[in-house]
Amino acid sequence: MFAYLVRRLALMVVTLVGISIVIFFLLRIVPGNIVDILFAAAGYVDPAEKANLERELGIDQPLVVQYLHWIGGLLRGDLGFSYVSEKPALEEILPRIPITARLAGLALLFSTSIGIPLGVISAVRQGTRLDYALRVVSLSGLSLPSFWLGLLILTASVSMFGTMPIFNPNPRDFWEAFATYAVPAAAVGFRSAALTMRITRSSMLEVLRQDYIRTARAKGASEASVNFHHALKNAILPVITVVGIEAAFLIGGLIVTETVFNIPGVARFLVEAIRWRDYPIVQNLVMFIAVVVVVANFTVDMLYAVFDPRIRYTD
Amino acid sequence: MRSVRALAVVAAFSVFAVSNIALAGEPKQGGILRMYHRDSPGSASIHEGATYSLNVPFMPVFNNLVLYKQDVPQNSMNSIVPDLAESWAWSADNKKLTFKLRQGVKWHDGKPFTAADVKCTFDMLMGKSQQKFRQNPRKAWYSEVNDLTTNGDFEVSFNLKRPQPSLLALLASGYTPVYPCHVSPGDMRTNPIGTGPFKFVEFKANESIKLTRNPDYWKKGRPYLDGIELTIITNRSTAILAFVAGKFDMTFPTEVTIPLVKDVKTQAPNAICEITPTNVSTNIIVNSSSPPFDNQDIRRAMALALDRKAFTSILFEGQADIGGTMLPAPAGLWAMPKEMLETVPGYGPDVNANREEARKLMQKAGYGPDKRLAVKISTRNISIYRDPAVILIDQLKSIYIDGELDVVETANWFPKVARKDFTLGLNLTGNAVDDPDQSFFENYSCGSERNYTNYCNKEIEKLFDEQSQETNIEKRKKLVWEIDKKLQEDVARPIIFHSRMGSCWQPYVKGITMMVNSSYNGYRYEDVWLDK
Repeated sequence: MFAYLVRRLALMVVTLVGISIVIFFLLRIVPGNIVDILFAAAGYVDPAEKANLERELGIDQPLVVQYLHWIGGLLRGDLGFSYVSEKPALEEILPRIPITARLAGLALLFSTSIGIPLGVISAVRQGTRLDYALRVVSLSGLSLPSFWLGLLILTASVSMFGTMPIFNPNPRDFWEAFATYAVPAAAVGFRSAALTMRITRSSMLEVLRQDYIRTARAKGASEASVNFHHALKNAILPVITVVGIEAAFLIGGLIVTETVFNIPGVARFLVEAIRWRDYPIVQNLVMFIAVVVVVANFTVDMLYAVFDPRIRYTD
Repeated sequence: MRSVRALAVVAAFSVFAVSNIALAGEPKQGGILRMYHRDSPGSASIHEGATYSLNVPFMPVFNNLVLYKQDVPQNSMNSIVPDLAESWAWSADNKKLTFKLRQGVKWHDGKPFTAADVKCTFDMLMGKSQQKFRQNPRKAWYSEVNDLTTNGDFEVSFNLKRPQPSLLALLASGYTPVYPCHVSPGDMRTNPIGTGPFKFVEFKANESIKLTRNPDYWKKGRPYLDGIELTIITNRSTAILAFVAGKFDMTFPTEVTIPLVKDVKTQAPNAICEITPTNVSTNIIVNSSSPPFDNQDIRRAMALALDRKAFTSILFEGQADIGGTMLPAPAGLWAMPKEMLETVPGYGPDVNANREEARKLMQKAGYGPDKRLAVKISTRNISIYRDPAVILIDQLKSIYIDGELDVVETANWFPKVARKDFTLGLNLTGNAVDDPDQSFFENYSCGSERNYTNYCNKEIEKLFDEQSQETNIEKRKKLVWEIDKKLQEDVARPIIFHSRMGSCWQPYVKGITMMVNSSYNGYRYEDVWLDK
């Protein structure tokens, strides 16, 4: 197990180095840079001013030098300065992380707390009206784009209640804060919940047909005990995998949700930074997301061992 | 007759504005004006930008030497009032403009404002100081200014190379605030210091901009508001819904499309919405130095093929204006009279006849139904550029031109245009000041950085200078009409239409005046108050 852990950690480092190279060079392949955009906004191009600005921002340097400069800074904890706001990148990124983390956490909570129980119910009541209804709900969740669902929620709130759940940076209490995040989290978590529900259902159906379930029932175990203790525990592994992947995938969904609900989180900030070609922000944010994804994958692998005693990652 | 009509329009606008104020009652102090902002500006420095996304939030932080009166909708020489200057005077030869400055004015950091600050600002704008702006998009505005001289702390003179009455108009724009000498251009981008009615509090990129009342503002009793907060909402649907839900007191000015104004009025019937010209024209940029558009006949044929009314009907439900380079009347001050405009090829009412003539010109150039001209029409990847480009492609088909849409990302648009790496392009041109000097020199003058088509006509250039020096308004107008007509006949940059956009605010917001011939100059907000 220890050797496996070391190998996994080493692999994580190699993955992150690879990602840093890919991010850095892909960003430079995208046509135009911050200076082009600034001049585009001003509607003219002055070659001398442009050269000065490129020199000032260091983007006139060879790419390898720029890359080493960035990585060197990253290792020292210096993320550089945002080209747009001219503030330290860390200062720009840090306050936005908790916002997105809360939203993503709540969305994940929503997706698992709704998706898993409904998936179990759907499997246990296979072929009933309830099962069909739940399958329609899950299919809707997978089919509705979150931006459309978000706009639908906003439009409905305005026309039905005359107000809308727009982001409030200074909530008065916990419930107001919860309300700020709950609706967007539900909008983005609905798709995840649908996916979790479908995976739980199919995994449960497979497990429920196993001999040991029949044995448990023959021994007189209650339905609840059979379903949740014996079946769900064994059906949960694929669900954990999906939830892990969804945790990473959520960032993509959050870009749209944060834009529609005007939440000043990391995801929306990343889109704006890409639009401005604000390299220090984009590079560091994508690296941050990469770390989150890599750590999430690592955690999922570790959870496998916790939930399935047969898995111990022996050499 | 025309001037009488123009006067009537000005009078009507003024009566409307005055009646608005009178109906509103006595202004009340206090309250925060909440607006949304359409995007996150690149910085807080007005001088380094060229978008009104900067003027709206940051104009309240500053003062100019002179300013367009904020409650008069139509900007003109008559609506210019003193701001940091108490008065101004031209020398006898009209080559020296002297301002007497207001005393006792303080910057937001407590330092005194003096003539040195004015000199610093304009030296930097002219590129004559040690400190440089990172970008200086309006340097050309001051090309006729030799230098600035100060006389003590409260008098400053602009010394000109030749008379230029319009300089005053340029100085009155929202684009011309006075900056402090003691704050670097870099600091002005992130933490602007002004003398204006509101102090800068914070600018969180992609999030919000906050201003607070300047208690030491030199104009006693102003501003009425305690502050202004702009929440940056890039998604237009969310922003409009939030306004309808009452989360904002005002929309971003001149940003609500005509169909959206209808939506707002349906969902929030009490909201006040005004649709005003923006002084932004949609036009075609033609690379006349590369074949086949080096052929004058093909350029003329293209201009003749335009059905401008179709553009305005499709895109603005008919609520846009058709004209030449200068903003059409009644909002615009310098536009050709309708009768004159209709004599310009392509502006006549009979579109079919125009297109018949265009087809003959195309055939003369060797094109026809069997030999069609394939051309790329480049434009920026933003709907306000893309949509008219698609209509243009459709219209050009009628004269044997098969256009292919070449959508260019914003980051690459101006570099591409500057390289002249286009054949035909669809472009938008915004004018900060309804004045021929700004429009002609910026967009049509030989060698100007924003003359994207490289149009250069020495004869017209002389007329540019002539009109610029003319002090008699009526004489100048006639010269301007002549120039505008010639520019359209030369197909220098065919103007398709001048857009109109809406702005909405809640009924309790008082003292808002939307300017009708510029979307850059009316955001001081010191007279705005909340009746609640």
